Amino acid sequence: MSETTITVSETRRSWKDVDLRAVAPFVALAVLLAFGTIVNPNFIGIDNLLNVLTRSAFIAIIAVGATFVISAGGLDLSVGSMSAFVAGTMILFMNSGAVEGNLAMLATAMVFAMGVGALCGLANGLTTTIGRIEPFIVTLGTMGIFRALTIYLAEGGSIAMRAPDLRALYRPVYFGNIFGVPVPILVIIVVAVIAAFLLYRTSFGRHVIAVGSNEDVARYSGISVERVRTLTYIIQGLCVAIAVLVYVPRLGAATPTTGLLWELQAITAVVIGGTALRGGVGRVWGTVCGAVILEVVGNIMVLSDLVSEYLIGAVQGAIIIVAMLVQRSLSRRR
Amino acid sequence: MRKLLTSLCVATVLMTVGAFAQEQKNVTIAVSIPAADHGWTGGVVYHAERAKVALEKLHPGLKIVVKTSPDGASQANALEDLTTQGIDALVTLPHNSDELTDPIRQVKDKGVFVTVVDRALSDPSIQDLYVAGNNPELGRVAGQYLKDNLGTGDVVVIRGLPIVIDEERQKGFDEAIAGSNIKVLDKQFGNWSRDDAFRVMQDYLSKFPKIDAVWCQDDDMAVGVLEAIKQANRSDIKLVIGGAGMKEMIKKVADGDQLMPINVLYPPSMIATALELTVANFYDQIPVRGSYVLDATLVTKDNANEFYFPDSPF
Repeated sequence: MSETTITVSETRRSWKDVDLRAVAPFVALAVLLAFGTIVNPNFIGIDNLLNVLTRSAFIAIIAVGATFVISAGGLDLSVGSMSAFVAGTMILFMNSGAVEGNLAMLATAMVFAMGVGALCGLANGLTTTIGRIEPFIVTLGTMGIFRALTIYLAEGGSIAMRAPDLRALYRPVYFGNIFGVPVPILVIIVVAVIAAFLLYRTSFGRHVIAVGSNEDVARYSGISVERVRTLTYIIQGLCVAIAVLVYVPRLGAATPTTGLLWELQAITAVVIGGTALRGGVGRVWGTVCGAVILEVVGNIMVLSDLVSEYLIGAVQGAIIIVAMLVQRSLSRRR
Repeated sequence: MRKLLTSLCVATVLMTVGAFAQEQKNVTIAVSIPAADHGWTGGVVYHAERAKVALEKLHPGLKIVVKTSPDGASQANALEDLTTQGIDALVTLPHNSDELTDPIRQVKDKGVFVTVVDRALSDPSIQDLYVAGNNPELGRVAGQYLKDNLGTGDVVVIRGLPIVIDEERQKGFDEAIAGSNIKVLDKQFGNWSRDDAFRVMQDYLSKFPKIDAVWCQDDDMAVGVLEAIKQANRSDIKLVIGGAGMKEMIKKVADGDQLMPINVLYPPSMIATALELTVANFYDQIPVRGSYVLDATLVTKDNANEFYFPDSPF
């Protein structure tokens, strides 16, 4: 984790100039790791840590997409329902047996899911920009639409992968590993590297930040605000689809509870990571760290015997607020 | 004479018409249930529709209107809409007791026969008939099975959501294993969700080197539990006990699965029981008023086929 911090800030000359705001989430994570180890030594075991990192993949990947939307001054509340919808349609596609051969089928289904995700994002983006409606309202609407469509497709039950050999072929995408590193963790890294490149090193990335900091100034400087915003929603849709690609092989099913409240977790991860909710600042690696923090907090709660199961929500909330306070106090000290 | 004959004929015709009308007794029953937002409620919707088709075929004058609502407030609205259509009976599974007691009271005040399913109202005097599963029993049967078949061992528990249903199940379980050598290592909430149960089970497996059995009171959560155990490659777990009777799990029991030899029933088909009884009240003159509490039946390999609905979503 500390390595990534250094890469982010490598363009700067010395540690003195390091932006503490960018480092803060990693400090908070380190504190949590230490805390977890004190509470239960099993916590720091490699198996447990890999479990936790692997589980954080869904929120981390979705939150990377949310980093684009939020730093461009938008918001997407529909990501949780969208995950359920993309997962549901993808499984139905696989069950339809439209393509011969398991491997070809799986590949087509993955492309299909990415397509569905991109279209969902496009719908959010166009409604927000062309319709000139607050993104909060638009995505609140699509949140209900995607959820209801999923429940409709599932007829209230669950949508499960039917072919057992296809399931067996797909299973390693969640449970497999390459040189000991679980596949979902590699997916997080790849997605974050691409996203960081897009946001920090391309003109599109600079446009995203410009639109988020001041829409009017961006428009006067010749940036097509609508186009940039719409693209951020498409990126969000693609990230949701990638998260689904990792989610489906885990339990092989989409249910009406799939992705419930993921939107709030994704937004929380983005904010913990140091991205400003008002837009204009985006931190991809901070977001990934934020998602890991959320998962670690939950893990510590189960591993510890500190509080009764009724109070876990309260402690989780308190830890998140404390983590934010640590972060803010660090950034003020510059 | 001729006049007499005519009037006799007319009388006969009239009587036949009257008898026919008796046969064609028109009854409208409204069914108000939560929308299918998870597996179990999906099953409720399926069984309500299934019972509707069967009962309407049996009684030609019977009309059953099934209406689903996503939350308590919209269910209250749905109840008003249904009542204005003019109904003879209401069969309802309320979203929650507190919010819907008064709306249902208003329906009752219009002289409608009220059947409440699964979740009791805050004022039980409103309901004519109450049909429900047995939550304390669901916990007790699972606990008793562990006590009888495992004897001694360490058990982890995954609970649902912190609501009354969950409390009752947990209490029944605790009472059944009280004084035995079954030790509960930990209890956590899995929110009746596969994903959350997977997460909790993974953490249990990291936390405890030896677990003998898992009680997760609901089959949706059992799916996540089984997957987590499979991933961890652990062979110490001898038993996973779910509940409610999801078709995939009933299938496992019927096939003689090692890890999951039993299930405890809390069937969504209880909505059909309620409909049958309500209809009987109107057509068969059978007294049905009162409480009808279904058993939390222990499903084993021998009786599993009785509870298997391959077409149901749950």
